[in-house]
Amino acid sequence: MAEPKRSIVEIRDIFKSYHRENLAVPVLHDITFDIAEGEFLALMGPSGSGKTTLLNLLAGIDKADSGTIRVSGVDITALSETELAHWRANNVGFIFQFYNLIPVLKAVENVELPLHLTALSRRERREHAEMALRMVSLEHRMDHYPKEMSGGEQQRVAIARAIVTDPTILVADEPTGDLDRVSAEEILTMMERLNGEMGKTIVMVTHDPRAAKRAKVVRLLDKGYMNDAPAQNPL
Amino acid sequence: MLQLKILFRNAFHNKLRSGLTILGITVAVLAFGLLRTVIGAWYSGVEAASASRLVTRNAISIIFPLPIAYNEKIRQIEGVKLVSYGNWFGGIYIDEKNFFPNFCVEPRTYMAIYPEFVLSPPEKKAFFADRKGFVAGRKLAARFGWKIGDQVTLKGTIFPGNWDFVLRGVYRGRDQTVDETQFFFHWDYLNETMKKVSPRRADQVGFYMIAVARPDLAPDVALSVDRAFKNSLAETLTETEKAFNQGFIAMSGAIVTAIQMVSFVVILIIMAVVANTMAMTTRERIGDYAIMKTLGFGGGSIAVMIFGESLVISLTGCLIGMILTFPAARAFGQTLSTYFPVFIVSAETLWLDLLAALLIAFFAAIIPARHAIRVGIAEGLRRIG
Ligand SMILES: Nc1ncnc2c1ncn2[C@@H]1O[C@H](COP(=O)(O)OP(=O)(O)OP(=O)(O)O)[C@@H](O)[C@H]1O
Ligand SMILES: [Mg+2]
Repeated sequence: MAEPKRSIVEIRDIFKSYHRENLAVPVLHDITFDIAEGEFLALMGPSGSGKTTLLNLLAGIDKADSGTIRVSGVDITALSETELAHWRANNVGFIFQFYNLIPVLKAVENVELPLHLTALSRRERREHAEMALRMVSLEHRMDHYPKEMSGGEQQRVAIARAIVTDPTILVADEPTGDLDRVSAEEILTMMERLNGEMGKTIVMVTHDPRAAKRAKVVRLLDKGYMNDAPAQNPL
Repeated sequence: MLQLKILFRNAFHNKLRSGLTILGITVAVLAFGLLRTVIGAWYSGVEAASASRLVTRNAISIIFPLPIAYNEKIRQIEGVKLVSYGNWFGGIYIDEKNFFPNFCVEPRTYMAIYPEFVLSPPEKKAFFADRKGFVAGRKLAARFGWKIGDQVTLKGTIFPGNWDFVLRGVYRGRDQTVDETQFFFHWDYLNETMKKVSPRRADQVGFYMIAVARPDLAPDVALSVDRAFKNSLAETLTETEKAFNQGFIAMSGAIVTAIQMVSFVVILIIMAVVANTMAMTTRERIGDYAIMKTLGFGGGSIAVMIFGESLVISLTGCLIGMILTFPAARAFGQTLSTYFPVFIVSAETLWLDLLAALLIAFFAAIIPARHAIRVGIAEGLRRIG
């Protein structure tokens, strides 16, 4: 286990503040750390500590004030808006607290969504989507609309959507935050398998100690500061 | 195409809201179409007027007559093909509210000058032969259920007394734009009666109708006619039928302008309503759009979905409105046939409906689309939940 792994994400000297009525509110201070390839990282901390903000930065949906973030050698802080959109489509899978499926699309259509930005044919898209749904054991819900499914099922569709493009890293912002115990355990088991069996690098923000327990590494964020050493999962 | 699928489903996702908005557009397009048709009906007399027909009247005013003796002189003028004459009779059928236009004319020349009034040869013959005969337009005859041979009595207003006529013919318009509500009878009948009861008013006509050999001769002929009666007891004013009809409309020009403005105000109002609907739906879907942007879709995709949704809603309402305009115009035209003998929905009105729908869709979507494209992804995602 001690064998050093290649860093897939390198975060250096990140500062981030929000601006409100000419007032800059600092949210992240001098964040520097690496995420190794194949890691399952849990990002924890009190509400308002900047977890979502940090996750957004390393997933390329928000811009830092200063500092650099490299993912697989690409400096994403130097990319333009369009390049960044392209990069996200190819490299990042997203899982959110509220599933965020498109309500007017069926499960299989939601999973197909990111494939519309690839060169795949209509039939290939459908095949890939069905395969991803099978991986989350939802092949029987293919033609259901989001509102016809339970929260746990919707989150599994969201996971299928996140992995269907075979991204480099998966980011999840409180993926179990809106679920009951049983569904939450299911989702976590699924993420564990994605990490363990398919070698996906996962960054998961969570409040839930039970969720963090499934991760290999836990990092703590507090008032925008990060503790230096990653804890080998203390829980 | 994915965007197409999403925008169509979005458009009908909130059924109540979309339904009400579509209903609003339908009503607006219907109102717009009817108002445009009213304006069209107003001008139909002008449109139907022929450029090769002239009207000669008393130069002082239309209410003063001209001597019948002018007929021969006008016929001599170069370029004149046919001359007819007549009087506005202004008779009332039973009750004033039964208004319809009625004239006495010289039948043979009048029917020749107006080929758009189509009468079958036997009816024409019967009309010419009966001094007390009259012809009525198809719509007018239908309105009062008159049959050939029926006796009809008009109460004179300008020419006092009760006047009996026998229906000898029912004319049809050569096409839809022809007024089928008119009533013609023999000028001779009027004149002979006037000779007996009021000789001073005999041998006079209200107007001459002149057909010129070629339309381009019309201005010269008009000048020649007026010159011929210069410094006579009754000077004339000759103008094209079009100009003559326009003179009547000019009086009501302000009303037409007002109707025109109202028709455009209707479109502006519905534009605001649709803009509000689009602002609401876009606000609700800001999270959906944020997800799509997260997945790598660009601003163009988002714009396609918002403009498309607006277009689907506007065009649906517009098409229903356009279809309903026809029965509505028919019902409207029937009740108001007295005022608007010709009431048809023109192709131009339908094109304007379509143009209005496109403008509505475009302007309603412009601000919501701009907003949806500009809002940052992180910001958009925070609005969910
Ligand atoms: N758009 C914004 N404008 C201004 N301040 C913001 C904005 N977004 C976040 N913040 C502030 O930045 C800080 C960090 O927010 P962030 O969402 O990253 O926290 P978090 O750790 O994810 O919290 P939670 O656990 O409640 O989700 C908070 O104080 C928040 O109020
Ligand atoms: Mg958060």
